[in-house]
Amino acid sequence: MSNDTKYTITTDKLNLWYGDFQALINVTVNIADGIITGLIGPSGCGKTTLLRCFNRVNERYGNVTTTGEILINGKNIYDDDVSLPELRKAIGMVFQRPNPLPISVYENVVFGLRVHSRRKNIKKSEMDEVVEKSLREVFLWDDLKDKLDKKATGLQLEQQQKLCIARLLPLKPDIILMDEPCSALDSESTRAVEELMLTLAGKYTIVIVTHNMAQARRVSDECIFMLLGEIMEHTRTEEMFLTPKNPKTADYIEGRYG
Amino acid sequence: MSNTTQAMYTETPFVRTKRRYQGLAKYIFMSMTLLMILPLILIVGYLFVKAAPVLSLDFIFTNPIRGMRDGGIWAALLGTIYLVVISLVTSAPIGVLAAVYLNEYAKDNWFTRIINLAVVNLAGVPSIVHALFGLGAFVLFAGMGRSIIAASLTLGIMTLPVIIASTKEALGAVPIAFREACWNVGATRWQTIRSIVLPNSISGILTGIILQVSRAAGETAPIMFTGAVFFKAIPEGDLLAYGIFDQCMALSMHLFTISTQVPNVPTALPYGTAVVLLGTVLLVNAVAIVLRVYLRSRKKW
Repeated sequence: MSNDTKYTITTDKLNLWYGDFQALINVTVNIADGIITGLIGPSGCGKTTLLRCFNRVNERYGNVTTTGEILINGKNIYDDDVSLPELRKAIGMVFQRPNPLPISVYENVVFGLRVHSRRKNIKKSEMDEVVEKSLREVFLWDDLKDKLDKKATGLQLEQQQKLCIARLLPLKPDIILMDEPCSALDSESTRAVEELMLTLAGKYTIVIVTHNMAQARRVSDECIFMLLGEIMEHTRTEEMFLTPKNPKTADYIEGRYG
Repeated sequence: MSNTTQAMYTETPFVRTKRRYQGLAKYIFMSMTLLMILPLILIVGYLFVKAAPVLSLDFIFTNPIRGMRDGGIWAALLGTIYLVVISLVTSAPIGVLAAVYLNEYAKDNWFTRIINLAVVNLAGVPSIVHALFGLGAFVLFAGMGRSIIAASLTLGIMTLPVIIASTKEALGAVPIAFREACWNVGATRWQTIRSIVLPNSISGILTGIILQVSRAAGETAPIMFTGAVFFKAIPEGDLLAYGIFDQCMALSMHLFTISTQVPNVPTALPYGTAVVLLGTVLLVNAVAIVLRVYLRSRKKW
């Protein structure tokens, strides 16, 4: 990694406890701008926890203590003047199971806009435009343009997951966090969502947690290998898979544990 | 593994025993279900047969006469409606909003745990104890006197914990994934509750509230000390016949009175009263079911 790389997310000695259990240990990591970074590691190693730190949504899950720093675009998100709604507007998340809201496709896409603007400032024509643009960006417009008033929860899983991504776009996020976005999908849908990720990279910084080594290899530019709450290795993806420096990384990638 | 092909996949003695137990279990459970329905049918049927001589529209819309040995039950029916409506109008908003707080906002600490424990225990307090509380708090301390408002508030206190519990359950049934989706686009808790949680739990919340109608309508003890009287003549057919500081008659109380306190009441009269009480409750429950079916049909996940 050269010195002039721009980093979107940097953490410094990040420690996190769930009650007494320490889930993240001295995590210091720099995630570069505009690329896809894969987070890999065995179950329970803290990948999802780390991901959830980046928009502080962890704090909604109860007894969590955090120390250390997370800088996003240079701003420490644990500063007192950080507003969580504004932070989460800039850093969206996609989940393992597609979780479209039980409202229409249209309303799902504009949900973020409604949440972040006063009612009188929302114009119907602007919303229509945003819906078309967002759905086009995730390749759903042609499939769904006649079904905008259908319940989103009735769509196919692949469409649901793409819609969950589209739902973040009207807010013009900097970062999209994805927590095993394809693990509920079949291989065809996985391929489609991966293609979508590749087209979104560049416009957005994407961090993806995945259990699927092949997927990490296919979509990510850089990879972070975590084990028991610690960062083991962080390099370019091809280096990690071809010449891992840490023997534990090699063991995991080759499937000796997981 | 070269057994004879004829002996493959056939029933062994052990399988036969298992099948017999399984059949037995099924019939036991089925007979319990039937046993449960049977008394209900018998009771309702018996009530209607016994009540048949007095049942008519006149019975509903006229006041009791001749020392409650004749006439209808209008004053009692209207009193019950007043008590139930006022008690739920006061307890439902408090209960639902408190439940929203407990389920959506409150952190899991000793304070919330004590509140939750209190709610569970309050739900188990006998109604006669609520009656004494109502007498002390509303009738005497708050100076409301024995009145509809005092009796309604007592009923409200009694239904409150159950409304809180059922509302919490309805809110808890909304998948956490919906909340996560909202939080992660930066929705505040209130925006999440208003746009997603409440619309998807409203049917369960309403059901919980409406089921309390039957409890409020049926309880005698809490209103006996706080506002219900043996007899009170009111204009027949006038829905606004009671003021909230008046005392009133109530169906449950009336049933108690004419069954045990007044001699020489024709047998059909208490049964008729019971049928009206039952009918009122069933009517409200039917409305609840229709409402729930309607609201459910709009949600899908």
